[in-house]
Amino acid sequence: MPKDSGIGASSKRREDVRFLTGAGNYTDDINVRGQAYVYFLRSDIAHGRINSVDTSTAEGMPGVVRVFTGKDFEGVGGMPCGWEVTDKHGAPMQEPPHPILAQGKVRHVGDPIVAVVADSLEQARDAAEAIDLDIEELPAVIDMKSAAQEGATLVHDDLKNNICYDWQLGEADDAKVNDVFANAAHVTTLDLVNNRLVANPMEPRVAVAEYSRGTDEYTLYTTSQNPHVIRLLMCAFVLGLPEHKVRVVAPDVGGGFGTKIFHYAEEAFCTFAAKACNRPVKWTASRSEAFMSDAQGRDHVSTIELALDADNNFIGLRTNTYANLGAYLSTFSSSVPTWLHGTLMAGNYKTPVIQVNVKAMFTNTVPVDAYRGAGRPEATFQLERVIDKAARELGVDPIALRRQNFVTQFPYDTPVALTYDTGDYNGTMDKLEAAADLAGFAARRAQSEAKGKLRGLGVNCYIEACGIAPSNIVGMLGARAGLYDAATVRVNATGSISVMVGAHSHGQGHETAFPQVVADMIGIDESMVEIVHGDTSKIPFGMGTYGSRSLAVCGSAMVKATEKVIDKAKKIAAHLLEASEADIELKDGQFSVAGTDKSVAWGDVTLTAYVPHNYPLEVEPGLEETAFYDPANFTFPAGAYACEVEVDPDTGQVTIEKFTAADDFGNIVNPMIVDGQVHGGIGQGIGQALLENCAYDENGQLLSASFMDYAMPRADDVPFYGVDHSSQTPCTHNPLGVKGCGEAGAIGSPPAVVNAVLDALNSGGRAVDHIDMPMSPSRVWTAMHG
Amino acid sequence: MKISMTVNGKAVSGEVEGRTLLSGFLREQLSLTGTHVGCDTAQCGACVVHVNGQAVKSCNMLAVEADGADVGTIEGQANADGSLNVIQQAFQDHHGLQCGFCTPGMVMSAAALLKDNPRPSEAEIRKYLEGNLCRCTGYHNIVKAIMAASGQDVGSIAAE
Amino acid sequence: MYNFEFEKPSTIADAVAALATEDAQALGGGQTLIPTLKQRLAAPSKLVSMGGIAEMQGVCVDDDGSVSVGGATPHVAVARDAAGSYPALAALAGQIGDPAVRNRGTIGGSVANNDPAACYPAGVLGSGATVVTNARQIAADDFFQGMFTTALDEGEIITSIRFPVPQAASYQKFLQPASRFALVGVYLARFTDGVRVAVTGASEDGVFRWSEAEQALNKEFRPDALMDLRINPANMIADLHGSKEYRAHLVSVMTKRAVEACM
Repeated sequence: MPKDSGIGASSKRREDVRFLTGAGNYTDDINVRGQAYVYFLRSDIAHGRINSVDTSTAEGMPGVVRVFTGKDFEGVGGMPCGWEVTDKHGAPMQEPPHPILAQGKVRHVGDPIVAVVADSLEQARDAAEAIDLDIEELPAVIDMKSAAQEGATLVHDDLKNNICYDWQLGEADDAKVNDVFANAAHVTTLDLVNNRLVANPMEPRVAVAEYSRGTDEYTLYTTSQNPHVIRLLMCAFVLGLPEHKVRVVAPDVGGGFGTKIFHYAEEAFCTFAAKACNRPVKWTASRSEAFMSDAQGRDHVSTIELALDADNNFIGLRTNTYANLGAYLSTFSSSVPTWLHGTLMAGNYKTPVIQVNVKAMFTNTVPVDAYRGAGRPEATFQLERVIDKAARELGVDPIALRRQNFVTQFPYDTPVALTYDTGDYNGTMDKLEAAADLAGFAARRAQSEAKGKLRGLGVNCYIEACGIAPSNIVGMLGARAGLYDAATVRVNATGSISVMVGAHSHGQGHETAFPQVVADMIGIDESMVEIVHGDTSKIPFGMGTYGSRSLAVCGSAMVKATEKVIDKAKKIAAHLLEASEADIELKDGQFSVAGTDKSVAWGDVTLTAYVPHNYPLEVEPGLEETAFYDPANFTFPAGAYACEVEVDPDTGQVTIEKFTAADDFGNIVNPMIVDGQVHGGIGQGIGQALLENCAYDENGQLLSASFMDYAMPRADDVPFYGVDHSSQTPCTHNPLGVKGCGEAGAIGSPPAVVNAVLDALNSGGRAVDHIDMPMSPSRVWTAMHG
Repeated sequence: MKISMTVNGKAVSGEVEGRTLLSGFLREQLSLTGTHVGCDTAQCGACVVHVNGQAVKSCNMLAVEADGADVGTIEGQANADGSLNVIQQAFQDHHGLQCGFCTPGMVMSAAALLKDNPRPSEAEIRKYLEGNLCRCTGYHNIVKAIMAASGQDVGSIAAE
Repeated sequence: MYNFEFEKPSTIADAVAALATEDAQALGGGQTLIPTLKQRLAAPSKLVSMGGIAEMQGVCVDDDGSVSVGGATPHVAVARDAAGSYPALAALAGQIGDPAVRNRGTIGGSVANNDPAACYPAGVLGSGATVVTNARQIAADDFFQGMFTTALDEGEIITSIRFPVPQAASYQKFLQPASRFALVGVYLARFTDGVRVAVTGASEDGVFRWSEAEQALNKEFRPDALMDLRINPANMIADLHGSKEYRAHLVSVMTKRAVEACM
């Protein structure tokens, strides 16, 4: 029987009521009395030297408050990078400055040069048109492999080359790796591209900042997944402001997908300008602006080699990847191709020797950073594609080949620095085979063929490292921040509860799921618990929402704080019941004395905590506890996905006929929300596989600069998805046994789609090894006739 | 220019420029911020409202063109007692929204669809939503919610 | 957007007068024009809305059997009201953009803009329609003059478009997945005196007639008649969404499908 409340129930989302009635409060809905508007004049070329910027005419135009250039920020810090990667020779990565407004050079189309603050946005735009820019165009560095060559044009003149770092993980002895490959019975090699994507949350970024001369306090409203992180970075590294004078609010946020983790120049600018102009300053990105200023995702070019022995056991894996970082280091960009990517190259398999090589490149393109999955989709794609190719070359069943090489004993130490605590990959694959009705595929293929269509089946596995992560470990790996989280459980006198959390909800349904946990622990109605998030003046210092970490990390902090509350409440109950604290039990919102019928209700105990007339003298009044939780390990969600496609041989058009996901997320708090997270991830993965392509021409002009050319998945591009998460091996090291579900769909689905299309083409007698994503009709047709 | 119209059943008027968009008039002058702007090329549909009963992208229509019109926005969709209407309730029941940003446009488009086609098939719903982008849900639960709102049994649709 | 004056006349004569102002521009449904204005790629002094002119609205069947569509008629009305009199044209109108765009966008606005990937130019050229303006009547073959270029003079308004109704016709659209314009669209109309094939989305010169296909189909109206025909890829559009060769190939496939639909 499905539960109707508490942990495991599909409680309906309480936040929906405001979103469904137009009563949400998104950042662009916030207007501050007297606000001015900023328009950023951005570079329309990819690379150039700024000779002069003449703003004199603009400054005198109607409504103009002030015009800012790079010179106004010479005494101010640049945008910081939160992760220092050490290269394979032990040297720190090259870390160029990233000014708020361009200084000296422009380095990508969209690089902000001048900011015009005016009474209205149109006046700011009018004035921006009157600015005289003298910029000498330089050759653009776009292709990563050319950028890596000796003598290539430099994106940053002060760096020795365009390589941010040359990084390695796993087996450092090249001879040993060569030896494995030399002695392999079979080696499969694959060159592939993980296409650059634009995250495109439906809400574009917005920042509104105000400053009070009376109190010297700032408030920044911003579209962020992690307001405390923004406040810390902006205060400590960029503007040099005392944190206690700055409040950062991330109200309702219309989707993030990673791109709203990062600290952006526009929000620092608005905060700075609010004081400089002594007026609130607002910036709302247009979608066109978002395409050239939001950090983009993926963009890896890789060669992967898999060595197998005569029995088809995986004996070695080697990868060489070029990872595009764009023109500047975005907040966490350096960690994505390294610790979030290389560490996952073992996948679900017990390959004993693995070597991962990554060159991270500066180019004259928009900065690249984490996008849903962040590094893990790139790892999964390489691995699951090369396994599929190996199966085809060897003429063996791709599922059997995977099963034969699965890790089956846990904990398992991979050759690439992780310890998987638990999992059941065969069990999850069993679930997939049943849920996807793989046995019925042959009949479905015959039906498609009768219609003149090619049908293909693609299957793959994935594993991800989520719930990041132990602060001491990430610190050793170069993180410049801790990755714990925090929660404060404030019990009110009448027994209702406000929980202040460091995680931020921008679609994940925390306001519904988190109360399910607290209510379940105490045995009260979910409606008595409210979640407070998104405002640094209200919440404890938590690190926010990304990397599928909210429930696993912040939820664990919330559990610990609730346990502290319960412990204290038991002391009060023991006093009221004149019993020993050790004998007090809490069930269904009643404290009772074990083995008796004596009890006192939750509400009576909470009231006593705040009206402590009859009260244990050794206990402080009040009932409010905070806990910080630093995880002991990553969590390791894993799964198996199956995709069935039809290919129209006349046009190369691919349609997704069936998509099934079997995931092991450990324990589940709200199955409805978990399903929704998987659906959304699959939608984005199908988008990457078939539609989405952030492309630049050789001059660095963005070819897909709006929704007119960047193909977002629409309702008629996707089917209903089958989702099964009944395979459950609870996480062994957090109190809820949860693993995280936010990114799985986006990680697991692209290789399934590609594998399916290739299966379809090969079934039609065409020997096609690989097609790069997005597999547009044009690319599929070209591959068929190549 | 002075314009007047009926918005959610109430007569309103305001002073606008030629270039003022209907979405801007609703959001800035009437403070009806439930209508969202998610793009500048008329693709995303977060701004869909009803003008004289028809679904329209309000960021792609001049406010002066709505002079004299009967306009409906997400703020006017709930039942008279404030409870969610059938479509809104189905979106909540079937988890047809996550971040909520595209939701007003989705609900307004769904209402327009169901007015013309009270029992649309899955394929008809997917086709009709061509002008509404959602980045969160993968559309599964949106399509399911609209089917449910039209009285169709969605029990057999896979998963939640 | 730059600011502009706005007028909404109720007669064609008043509209013509309003458009006499320097840099004045006609506004149909605005579905292409408004995004262009947002990017500040145009700076009209005045927009003259066609939306208030009753005589430019609607679909009617003329005495000679041809179908006339008022220049300010939105796509949704054509999709609905031409379904009986000219089903292929109605079907084309029902595939433009999305429902909300079809509620605003107009045939006159689309045809006057002559976007190289728009649907209507294929329907107008493929039907051999006549573009009727406030000043004259222009045959479709003379009207479209390359990407975003038409025979219209400054201030000239498309008041209606008159379509002769063929024995059979079909519009086959292959979607550009982002914009939902045509990556390639083929409008084929079979009249008693011959076949017309118009192609949109494919050529750098905008909508065009594929005369070789017309000749082949005039000889023999069946899909196989096109078997040996290949369109030269040299003038095709190449972009993110498809190569020249692919577009050339799609022209053949879509034309064949249009023939099949007309059989």
